[in-house]
Amino acid sequence: MAPSTTSFQVKDSADGKQVLAVIGDWTIWTIGAIDPALRNIRLPGDTPLDVSELGSIDTSGAYMIDRTLGGAGVGPEAKITLVGDHPTVERLVVEVRGSLRNAHPEPVHHPGIIALLDRAGRGAIEAWTEFAGLLSFIGEAMTTLAGLLLRPQKIRWTSVVAVMEEAGLDALPIVSFLSFFIGLVIAFLGANLLAQFGAALFVVELVAFAMLREFGVVLTGILLAGRTDSAFTAQIGSMKMRQEIDAMKVMGLDPMEVLVAPRLIALVVMAPLLSFAATVSGIVGGMIAAWLAMDISPSMFLNRFQDVVLVQHFWTGLLKAPVIAIVVALIGCRQGLLVEGDVQSLGRHTTAAVVHAIFLVIAIDAAFAVIYYEMDL
Amino acid sequence: MAIRVRGLTNRFGSKTVHEDLDLDVYAGETLGVVGPSGTGKSVLLNTIVGLNKPQKAEIEVFGQRIDQMTREQRVQVEQRWGVMFQDGALFSTLSVRENVMAPMREHLKLPRDLMRELADMKIRLTGLEADASNKKPGDLSGGMRKRAAMARALALDPDLLFLDEPTAGLDPISAARFDELINSLKGTMRLTVFLVTHDLDTLVATCDRIAVLNRGKVLAVGPMDEVRANPDPWIQEYFSGPRGRAAVK
Repeated sequence: MAPSTTSFQVKDSADGKQVLAVIGDWTIWTIGAIDPALRNIRLPGDTPLDVSELGSIDTSGAYMIDRTLGGAGVGPEAKITLVGDHPTVERLVVEVRGSLRNAHPEPVHHPGIIALLDRAGRGAIEAWTEFAGLLSFIGEAMTTLAGLLLRPQKIRWTSVVAVMEEAGLDALPIVSFLSFFIGLVIAFLGANLLAQFGAALFVVELVAFAMLREFGVVLTGILLAGRTDSAFTAQIGSMKMRQEIDAMKVMGLDPMEVLVAPRLIALVVMAPLLSFAATVSGIVGGMIAAWLAMDISPSMFLNRFQDVVLVQHFWTGLLKAPVIAIVVALIGCRQGLLVEGDVQSLGRHTTAAVVHAIFLVIAIDAAFAVIYYEMDL
Repeated sequence: MAIRVRGLTNRFGSKTVHEDLDLDVYAGETLGVVGPSGTGKSVLLNTIVGLNKPQKAEIEVFGQRIDQMTREQRVQVEQRWGVMFQDGALFSTLSVRENVMAPMREHLKLPRDLMRELADMKIRLTGLEADASNKKPGDLSGGMRKRAAMARALALDPDLLFLDEPTAGLDPISAARFDELINSLKGTMRLTVFLVTHDLDTLVATCDRIAVLNRGKVLAVGPMDEVRANPDPWIQEYFSGPRGRAAVK
């Protein structure tokens, strides 16, 4: 057979015409070596092709020949003049012919200041539409919810309970653990500081206020945002990608009623319970830290707790939970419904759901802090 | 011989998909695999390419046992086959051109410009408009996605091509073009094709031999006429029903 090294030669034949001789194997595995040399050679389409020393050839090799022999200038009907015999070369070249025509260059990206301004402008508009969209979605969800409360038999209790288990009960261990450790850390922090003033016993107030008013509910909110929101977006988003949402709509099922409302109801019920659990385990954490680090026995801790902590602190904390639950649930569902056909958008919207939810959990907490301060609570 | 399957048994839970199945695919032929839905045609394909681990089997591709290959041998075999999945399985973050370039980039050392040109050539070869190169798979119609997937399967000029339902969901004209494409590629590239299909027209137009899968076994295998002569009721119904008659005529 032919020699193994892939190469080519432009020879002058007897009648003074040029001949392109292709030598060796011309396959995708071998042509890389001759591409630079062949790239700048263009021969007329009727140049004879000497294939007597050609080994095997595939479409990629044929493409190289076609490119050299005029490429774009040759019509698909043009014949190749062969010198020597080869079983497939002519068919292959004709098959790939014309692939150079209409070749589309890759779109050019303009870097620099204009692109930056462009992105910034788009980002600003997007942020605004995002905000407006969220508000309108909240409105829509609330209308649906009101409608459902008037006709409670239309509520999908099975989904509600399923979400309650998945987003509420299953989150209990992680919420309690996290909160327990935060309580522990707060007490340890306070231990040193308060002991310096001889006010060690105030660690009870420190832990109680922090957990009751802030950390119990905020921790729950952040965990719901990270754990449940991503799940909501992924579930609804993949349903959207598989056209399940469209199927629901044409069947007369309202995705708001079927998908959003159960999640909303379930979270509104579960968030206060979770944040109660978080608060309790945080206080237990603080109590243990106080016992270990400052010799404040649990009974002493609880006694003082009863004496100094008013019940209003419990309610001010817990009141935030349903509000946070509404926002978290709606952001997750909304981002899920915004997912488009491709996988990338699923990832983008899941990220957006978590980021927006965590942001709003903190923002809502801050808003409540201001309101409570003004109300002297 | 390109593929040799002996004693393949696939079980999922209590459901037996394949039971002691034997199948040969000869080099250079197009073998069409047909069978009722749920008889494990795609599972068979997945098992041969190594995506599914069977309970028991001896599977050879290019004369090598696929379960006894070293990593390097496996890579070598992977470079010689191309797989086109049912829904295309294009990488959604890459453009069509980049999808076709992906196997080239992994396995070959080619100049970037050449890779791009070759990818465009393959894309044109499968009958896609050249402007599809820059599009993302999400922007393509179902038929275009199939063609793009075919272009990617052909990226390395493989010896063995696995096609899972290549014409499903295509309009008849596009499907016929696809059949032509398979034939002309086979004529030019000495291709062995393992084709899973429901499409009788594709079977008639492209396949040298047909294997009928049912109840976990290969019921019949051979050229079209031979298989049609098989008395099995499913085969009779399949080829002699109104659709079958129209296609075979």
